[in-house]
Amino acid sequence: MAAEVGQRAVDGATAGTTATADVPAPRRGGTGGRRRLVVVGNGMAGARTLEELLERGGGEMFDITVFGEEPYGNYNRILLSHVLAGEDDESGIVMNPLEWYAENGIDLRCGVRVDRVDVHAREVVDETGATTPYDVLVLATGSSPRIPPMEGVRREDGSLLPGVTGFRGIDDTRGMLAAAREHERAVVVGGGLLGLEAARGLQAHGLDVTVVHSPAHLMNQQLDAAAGAVLRGQIEDLGITVHTGVRTSAVTGEGRVDGVVLADGRRLDADMVVLTAGITPNTQLALEAGLTVERAVVVDDQMRCVDTRVGDGSMAEGVFAVGECVQHRGVVYGLVAPLWEQASVLADVLTGADPTAEYHGSRTCTKLKVAGVDVAAMGLSEPERAEDEFVVFSESSRGVYQSVVIREGRLVGATLLGDVRKTSTLQQAFDRQLPLPEERLRLLFDLGSGSEEQGAAELADDAQVCNCNGVSKATIVGAVEAGSTSVKGVMDATRAGKGCGSCKSLVSQIVELAADGGLTEDPSAHYYVPGVPLRKDALVAAIREQHLTSVSAVFAALAPGGEHDAKSTMGLTSLLRTLWNEEFVDERGGRFINDRVHANIQRDGTFSVVPQMKGGVTTPDQLRKIADVAEKYDVGMIKVTGGQRIDLLGIKKEDLPKVWADLGMPSGYAYGKSMRTVKTCVGTDFCRFGLGDSTTLGIDMETRFQGLESPAKIKMGVVGCPRNCAEAYVKDVGVVAVGNGRWEVYVGGAAGASVRKGDLLATVESPEEVMTLVGRFVQFYRQWGNWLERTYDFVPRMGLERLQKVLLEDSDGILAQLDAELEEAVGAYRDPWAERAEPRTPGQFRTALPLVPLPLVPQRPGGAPGGVLPQTHSSSAAVPAGAQA
Amino acid sequence: MSAAAEAAPEVLGGVDVGPLEDFAVLEGRAVVVQGRQVAVFRHRDGSLSALDAVCSHSGGPLADGQMDDRVVVCPLHLNVFELATGKACSGQPDITAHTAAVHEGRVLVRLAEER
Repeated sequence: MAAEVGQRAVDGATAGTTATADVPAPRRGGTGGRRRLVVVGNGMAGARTLEELLERGGGEMFDITVFGEEPYGNYNRILLSHVLAGEDDESGIVMNPLEWYAENGIDLRCGVRVDRVDVHAREVVDETGATTPYDVLVLATGSSPRIPPMEGVRREDGSLLPGVTGFRGIDDTRGMLAAAREHERAVVVGGGLLGLEAARGLQAHGLDVTVVHSPAHLMNQQLDAAAGAVLRGQIEDLGITVHTGVRTSAVTGEGRVDGVVLADGRRLDADMVVLTAGITPNTQLALEAGLTVERAVVVDDQMRCVDTRVGDGSMAEGVFAVGECVQHRGVVYGLVAPLWEQASVLADVLTGADPTAEYHGSRTCTKLKVAGVDVAAMGLSEPERAEDEFVVFSESSRGVYQSVVIREGRLVGATLLGDVRKTSTLQQAFDRQLPLPEERLRLLFDLGSGSEEQGAAELADDAQVCNCNGVSKATIVGAVEAGSTSVKGVMDATRAGKGCGSCKSLVSQIVELAADGGLTEDPSAHYYVPGVPLRKDALVAAIREQHLTSVSAVFAALAPGGEHDAKSTMGLTSLLRTLWNEEFVDERGGRFINDRVHANIQRDGTFSVVPQMKGGVTTPDQLRKIADVAEKYDVGMIKVTGGQRIDLLGIKKEDLPKVWADLGMPSGYAYGKSMRTVKTCVGTDFCRFGLGDSTTLGIDMETRFQGLESPAKIKMGVVGCPRNCAEAYVKDVGVVAVGNGRWEVYVGGAAGASVRKGDLLATVESPEEVMTLVGRFVQFYRQWGNWLERTYDFVPRMGLERLQKVLLEDSDGILAQLDAELEEAVGAYRDPWAERAEPRTPGQFRTALPLVPLPLVPQRPGGAPGGVLPQTHSSSAAVPAGAQA
Repeated sequence: MSAAAEAAPEVLGGVDVGPLEDFAVLEGRAVVVQGRQVAVFRHRDGSLSALDAVCSHSGGPLADGQMDDRVVVCPLHLNVFELATGKACSGQPDITAHTAAVHEGRVLVRLAEER
């Protein structure tokens, strides 16, 4: 079915494609001065073009006449196999009934064949002899089953021998259904997609079915030999006999078919024969009209036909073609998605909605269930060049076969059979040529992450997709049905994927599935923050150029209408601090609450306080102070954190400055989008395995990078040997001593909602080099990371090789600048907890829930397990006195 | 914005919740009005909005949220509410909007009529 994919750069059509997209001038031959549009062909391409035209107001611009050879409205040809299999009835596949044409003022000449087109007189002549003039003609004549050269297939009058049928329209299907009731043995000639559907459908009616396929394996257009073999096993398991690599040379029978003869001499009895050995574009009309026809009707990028008689490749004025009957840039398509794209371009051009619209060919992705087996195929089915990567997984006993073809790091082909859960991910990678995971196997399997093990399609409606925000599949699908067609739009509407983010790709898959091809991309998905329509690099350039040093200045200068956006302020505040350091004009309202009060808000509105404890090393004095503070402020829980510090939970907002004063320790930044902590192991001082002094290096790193603002939090770890006791391999920045004074520096690791081992950026010779390299990486990330993009996404997005070039070889010549900018940022460090004597804004530390006795978190006296709910803690002091009235 | 900067007559007779200086621009502050917790937001044009102080999703403190001219975002789970109406923009139940205005340098709040 799928046309051969050849990229012939130039064919007859391309010569004229640079011409402006002028639509023929209105001849005002229609009513009310409207142009007359005639569409020949009322199949999927013709009718889709009409729908697209009407959507763009074409109903007001054109008097539309449509000729349809079949005496029906417009139906979904793809679903004929369901009708054959008895899973659907004819009414179920109707897309536009006859009334639809009337309602839209379209003159449908139903069951009328067009015999001739005169492109000079600009009229079509139909089988009744009537002529219909046009200003614009669209040929959507589709294709017919190919009749392979077989002896005896036609009778003397040229008609097919009774019992031999194609599988193309409603009439064919009705004929097959009728025959299936009376007959017992069917041979299907052609084991492509349509042939297998026909075989399965007939078999469902109890027939004994044999498929004869002359190429070496089934569905050879989409599948490689190995996949074809797996599919064959599945088809044979259904009880269908399959012969491949052998041509059907003759059809036998007097008056009615009684069998076929194969090229190797075998004879198969049959009382019906279905021809599904490809399709032939219907080009007769175009050919006779003098239009250029090669394998099909040649069109340019605006679907305009070429007039051969002019001889110089000029366009035939006002004549267009669309669908299976056209050849575009040397390619003939037989799948529905390209037809739809063509119809949309054609409608843009004809209505002038976008006079410059162009069709540039389709990357075809076939997704179907053939004979009960799921198949998805896109691009190449096999490697073509020696350097192409080919990853194959085959489990024939289960009928599963998966393969991907990768060229220069991009996906150029994929085949999935039996297990197609990865289709949407692969299709995205294929369509958008996205960077691929280094472990290619991840393209086919989810390794080490449980959340996506079920594909979007198999997921039950009530299955929870986003665990953070409790969003079910049904809610997501509902949002799509309510009109959101972009992943971002759905995420905004449902908050799915807006918690820890680990379900984002599953959410995209469900949206994609529910949008059913209608997926749109919200351009704001690429903005640094939603309220300012710029990507990060453009935003940074504009901020620098216009010297915007405050959040409101950015909104005023760069947001549409100067409008403020609450969801954007936090990201902008972070960015401006990174860019301007001391020059930044701090507007407190632009900060998230955590950054206004330098503590992490908890579920009940209390806060957690984590003092800095560099490298996870503490002293009796620090511990004593922490213990005293915990008792004095009735701390709900004292918890040793994953980052090797001590967390005091359940602190009231109004107590924060007093807690900091009593602690006398700097902030540990456990709340910010910033460098958080450096974990270390015990290194060489005590550990008998340690190869390097990780403790000292970790403390030095924390001292240098403390509090640095960044696109998302940064966690670091330093370990004294590869035993990895402080988990450096899964940190944003991880440093590992490997002996002889050498240190490995890993970046992009994670052990949160995603688990990822960091990539080895470099092995360096000294702690000083570690500091320099890590500094450069951090500054580079601060500048190029998107808002809330953790390093585990940033590093793969940039690519390790590029990072190595930039940060090790100075390929971009920016290292000196990175060093200087980092130095400035380090110099601008102030302990935020020093900001306690005077509130920065009135009421900075006033409770936001004045009537709620906080904390509500359970009290765990002395940190003991099994705490009790708190006694009432009055916070009424925070309530303005006059407000009690 | 729900109220003009100065002396909206309908809030005269509302409850005095403190001097305007206590309310920072583009921030929320929580006050108690007739036994009810209300978050008062000061817009950059000087006008005020007032909403119930508690997020309808899981009780988050809306006065600690981030705001713009139109909405406030709850700090706990980033649910969004319109400042003028209390209408939820992220699928949670709506909350009640009250009236707030400045009179002679004092912030006055009047609770919405209970339906």
